[in-house]
Amino acid sequence: MFKKYSIAAGAALAVGLAGIVAPAVAKVEGDTIVIGSSLSFTGKYSTNGFHTQKGYDFAVKRINDTGGVKVGGKSYKIKVVYYDDESTPSRASQLTERLVNQDGVKFMLGPYSSSMTKAVAPVTEKYKVPMVEAEGASRSLFTQGYRYIFAVLSTSEFYLAPVLDLIAERTKKDGYKSVSDLRIAMAFENDPFSLDVRAGVVDTAKKHGMKIVIDDKLPADLSDMSATLTKFKALKPDILLVSGHSKGAATAARQFEEMKINTRYVSITHCESAKVHVKFPKSANGLLCPTQWLTNLPNSEPIFGNAQKYDADFKKAYPEYKTGIPYQTTQASAAVLVWKDAFERANSFDTEKVRDAISATDMNTFYGPIKFSEAGNNIAKPMFYRQIQPDGSYTNIVSHKDMTVPRKVSY
Amino acid sequence: MLDNLQLLFVYAPVMNVQMILDGIFIGAVFALAAYGLALVWGVMNVKNLAQGDFVIMGGYVAFTAHNIGIHPVLALPIIAIVMFLYGLVVYQLVIKRVIDNDMFVSLLATFGLSLFMQQVMNLIYGPEVQTVDSHMYIMTMFDDFVTVPTVKIVSLGLAAFFATVIVIFMTRSRMGQAIRATAQDARAARVLGIDTNKVYMFTFGLNSAICGIAGVLVSMIWVLQPFYGIVYALRTFAIVTAAGLGNLPGVITMSFILGWVEQYAGIVAGAEYQIAAAVFVLIGVLSWRQVQMRRQRQVVR
Amino acid sequence: MNEKLIYIGLAAFGILGPIAFPDYIIQFAVLWIMVIMASTWDITGGQMGYNSLGNIAFFGVGMYISACIQVSMFYDLGDFTASYGAIKPVFTDLQYYTGLGLGIVFAGVGCSLFSLLLGLAVFGLRGPYFAIGTLGVAVAAREIAGTIDVIGAGAGIAMPFLPLPIEYRSAFFYVLCFILAVFAHLVIRWLFKTQFGLAANAIRDDEDKAEAMGIPTLRYKQVGWAIAAFFMGCAGAVFGNMVGYIEPLEVAFPVATFGIFMVAMSLLGGKGTLWGPVLGAIFFHVVKEATWTYLLGLQWVVLGLILILNIVYFQQGIMGWLQAKYPERFGIAVDESTSASKEGV
Repeated sequence: MFKKYSIAAGAALAVGLAGIVAPAVAKVEGDTIVIGSSLSFTGKYSTNGFHTQKGYDFAVKRINDTGGVKVGGKSYKIKVVYYDDESTPSRASQLTERLVNQDGVKFMLGPYSSSMTKAVAPVTEKYKVPMVEAEGASRSLFTQGYRYIFAVLSTSEFYLAPVLDLIAERTKKDGYKSVSDLRIAMAFENDPFSLDVRAGVVDTAKKHGMKIVIDDKLPADLSDMSATLTKFKALKPDILLVSGHSKGAATAARQFEEMKINTRYVSITHCESAKVHVKFPKSANGLLCPTQWLTNLPNSEPIFGNAQKYDADFKKAYPEYKTGIPYQTTQASAAVLVWKDAFERANSFDTEKVRDAISATDMNTFYGPIKFSEAGNNIAKPMFYRQIQPDGSYTNIVSHKDMTVPRKVSY
Repeated sequence: MLDNLQLLFVYAPVMNVQMILDGIFIGAVFALAAYGLALVWGVMNVKNLAQGDFVIMGGYVAFTAHNIGIHPVLALPIIAIVMFLYGLVVYQLVIKRVIDNDMFVSLLATFGLSLFMQQVMNLIYGPEVQTVDSHMYIMTMFDDFVTVPTVKIVSLGLAAFFATVIVIFMTRSRMGQAIRATAQDARAARVLGIDTNKVYMFTFGLNSAICGIAGVLVSMIWVLQPFYGIVYALRTFAIVTAAGLGNLPGVITMSFILGWVEQYAGIVAGAEYQIAAAVFVLIGVLSWRQVQMRRQRQVVR
Repeated sequence: MNEKLIYIGLAAFGILGPIAFPDYIIQFAVLWIMVIMASTWDITGGQMGYNSLGNIAFFGVGMYISACIQVSMFYDLGDFTASYGAIKPVFTDLQYYTGLGLGIVFAGVGCSLFSLLLGLAVFGLRGPYFAIGTLGVAVAAREIAGTIDVIGAGAGIAMPFLPLPIEYRSAFFYVLCFILAVFAHLVIRWLFKTQFGLAANAIRDDEDKAEAMGIPTLRYKQVGWAIAAFFMGCAGAVFGNMVGYIEPLEVAFPVATFGIFMVAMSLLGGKGTLWGPVLGAIFFHVVKEATWTYLLGLQWVVLGLILILNIVYFQQGIMGWLQAKYPERFGIAVDESTSASKEGV
């Protein structure tokens, strides 16, 4: 009696599953090079997912408009195929399988955040598909011996740990107190990126003999860190470090203001992408912010010119960024530049040849120099530090002398 | 952990003032949302998993008002009305059809609703964290150690005010009496000429409005993000399950307790246990009630 | 016998499907995982009336048990998960396969034991309280997993690599998922042909009366849940290895997505039947993958709408609809006079 149904169901299934088939895209289609990327357009990382996408798109458009990628004497255009990983690692890895298997993509741009990159890397490794990524900073990505992943950005230990070095020097100079008497409070989101930042901080603190008095992990969907801050006020440490992507930065800045948090040194990640200098000017004053990129970098190249020019052009193309471009966007653009450069040097679309070309990258971009280590991280580019001024602008901190200490807050 | 306890009770006992105050302010917001849930659960037996998303939606409506230059507190009545109307629409389209079914239908339908609302808010407002600045003075006590933003006191006052209004409404007005009658026995109420469909519709709209008010307070005190709703839903379920239905004093007490537990867990055990603490309260209360019922050879139903 | 035809059809689909469409093999594998989720949820959910929202806890616990066993047999777990990646993990073939095998088995057994303990704590709850209590357990498990440093806390664990050439890797995990799904199905089928099925349905229909009849209800509930937990644990172990990277929030304990999807799938197919959850899972997975492909950006909105429409307008599920339409094929005798008079009312 079920014969009819089983056949019908089987047919429906086959049709349904075949219906999922997106048109199979070859790695190079006519004069178009197809690069795949799964990004977070929904979910907790989507703010930066969109920042990343705009960076990719801006660079792709610029490269296509300025003659495209020249391989074998022919000019190719770049096209990026996106999927939404919903800020979910398991989804990101499935989508990467899909990009490689179903869409035939042989070149990848990275997802946003270390968690997604950690999930994607085993897949690209498995299919030997090279991936240039711009948003996965976690140190542990580069200790696994992955061969096909290349990161244009500085890794996680450069986010907050060097801030401690700056602070140590400054403290010595001011004669504020002995460095080993400095006490640190830290609150890090419970995710791979922030925990890696934390690991770097712990090592550096140990090196200077600083004492960590608060060490909280913030749950991903917690919108309130007042408990941590209350403890902070009771213990009065000298240094406060917070890392939790844009969401963590915004929550922290809001509650600093509300609880009148005033301490000698405060440093948080993702200041720019959370726009804390615009939304919370009072508490943002004096924050030390690590950044991957500065608008006044001297490096220049033919596609974008220098950093200043990129800044101006990007703001023209996307007016909503007039208060500042998050570095997540610029490094995404830089990743596309690496692809163009590698294709042209490899002069081929063979994945192995292209992979070797990427590995041998040694270029100058508006984003800074790019040169990969054996493990795949960019070793040529330093991390930069900036401090937010009372008027909401950022000043560069090259040495400890540039810091305004203590921060002058008036709540 | 011992250090933290020592800090709390030996070195800086003033901290307790801050935490108790914060617990009360948080609890007041929870209490509103939880009372709304208790209402729809008790009256129409709908377990609204989208409760948290109604709260967040209220916050976003306040955010919109703020953007066009109306202070959220002044916009409160309008926001309540907007949310009330939204509640009526949702009732007509979805809730009406799941009331008489077994509990899972309402849980899953409202889960679908929750997904839908989150994503639509995400499409409209984007995933960025948003805040509403109330521009209110921040009071300090104990030499700046304890900070009390005026907006939190205003919120507490508003929460208390609305709770009182609702209680008076439920006991004095015709509709309130009809709601209570329906909650006790829907069939009997129908026999006595109460249009239960209208009562259900009104109840759901009222719940939506209450959540909206809670959302306005959330937007002024904390931060908004389209996906934060689930945490609020979890908390309201914990409160209502622990307090029992139709028990307003219980709901209020439980809300404050939850507010305190979260604060103290955050300090004593670390921020990573703050959300877990709410869940532990839920599990703890349910276990305790099972033990109690088992003595009488009963189960918790 | 017609059921034979279904089995032949499904076996053909399960074996030939991935051969015909090798590019979709991972999606097929996820499909079988979802079938396991829905079918095992139905043991206590549909058949016994104990609607758990927390079965996903076993998935995550199983995943972590397996990961811990696979790693800690050969390395120090703390070093392995340390954020800086202090050691570069190399597993020999033998190490990998023994680790994986033991991991899956212990994940299942461990989850069964866990469910027995948990059952003592929650089986005194009924209806919505049981649902919310189990949901609480799943959320608590998620939060606790995020605080334990030795299993990587929020940073998770990068799983060991399968030492096979690439082209066999997907197939390997597909076969594992398929075998597990078939095994789970056969066990459930056998289970509900025994007295267990009758007792389970008696508990669903009226637990007090069942108790009065002398049915040891608690034991039945515990056995049912332990079987569900066993398969969920194994599925978690396989899924963790398939994804290659596990972390508490989204991979191991996706409470608000898969935790609820498995219930939706059972309901969609028709809960309390052997085939309903299977059909529901297949249908749900196809719809989900299709919306993800064609409605990018709106996929969650559409999924929410589909869920609402399904629950509001199609509550009986696929099996329920079939039964109502062709009752005689399900061996249900219809009394024409009563059904006609019912329609008249």
